[in-house]
Amino acid sequence: MAEIEIKTAPADFRFPTANQTRHCFTRYIEYHKCTAAKGEGSGDCQKFAQYYRSLCPGEWIERWNEQRENGNFPGPL
Amino acid sequence: MIVHEWLFLTIAPCDAAEPWQLGFQDAATPMMQGITDLHHDIFFFLILILVFVLWMLVRALWHFDYKKHPIPQRIVHGTTIEILRTILPSIILMFIAIPSFALLYSMDEVVVDPAITIKAIGHQWYRTYEYSDYNSSDEQSLTFDSYMITEDDLELGQSRLLEVDNRVVLPANTHLRMIVTSADVPHSWAVPSSGVKCHAVPGRSNQTSISVQREGVYYGQCSRFCGTNHASMPIVVEAVSMKDYGSWVQNFE
Repeated sequence: MAEIEIKTAPADFRFPTANQTRHCFTRYIEYHKCTAAKGEGSGDCQKFAQYYRSLCPGEWIERWNEQRENGNFPGPL
Repeated sequence: MIVHEWLFLTIAPCDAAEPWQLGFQDAATPMMQGITDLHHDIFFFLILILVFVLWMLVRALWHFDYKKHPIPQRIVHGTTIEILRTILPSIILMFIAIPSFALLYSMDEVVVDPAITIKAIGHQWYRTYEYSDYNSSDEQSLTFDSYMITEDDLELGQSRLLEVDNRVVLPANTHLRMIVTSADVPHSWAVPSSGVKCHAVPGRSNQTSISVQREGVYYGQCSRFCGTNHASMPIVVEAVSMKDYGSWVQNFE
């Protein structure tokens, strides 16, 4: 493993309180909207992926990925 | 005697609760320093009021009894004293409220861009920590469970009901974002010397910011009753230098 880069999702003025549930969900949707618009391999979307991975518990990401595959994801994609 | 020295040497540098402790643990973050200072500020007014009220009470009991004053006075109004005893307490309340709110809102602040996000997920009855800043896919690479060390497995110098097998390693002097959530019932992630107590609510992620000012090992316990083994899911934070943190992340299996 190469030298790690100390970097994480920045503070977001849309979510200024202790409750960061929406922050994680929004970043997840932003990533998938981005890949839908720019294509799966687009490098521009990677930062959103980093953000939601930093903010969302792994269990939630797994569940949402499953829901997207089954077509019953509750958010706007 | 040697045993005592070992105990002293191993326990002394730990920021954990002591037997019969009355005061706070040493502050490791500016937040905890603020809490301690506010406590002392408020205690100043508390002692002032206590002494004044006791003096009035004792004085009244001492001077006014049925032998010295057989006929009681019946004063029911006194504009000056009524104004004074309304205005003065409200001024004292202001002196307590202003620093209290200033501290409360500064603790809530989510403005500084953090350097690292650490997710603490409560389970019945252990904790999972996820460091996902270095992931390149949805697969979790740096995740571990933190279980309490049972009484039978304790080594000399380790604290009962406080030591865990895998500690949370984080760099000192760095702005950190703790994302606290739960997978089953409500838990709480609390470390007294960091001045942090954050409820872990299933389905919700709560953020709290910490910046540990010195390297060391800090102990905390679950602070939201979560079932039978509520007492057996402590928190141990190990603050190290940024360099050591980097090599810990790299060497994590």
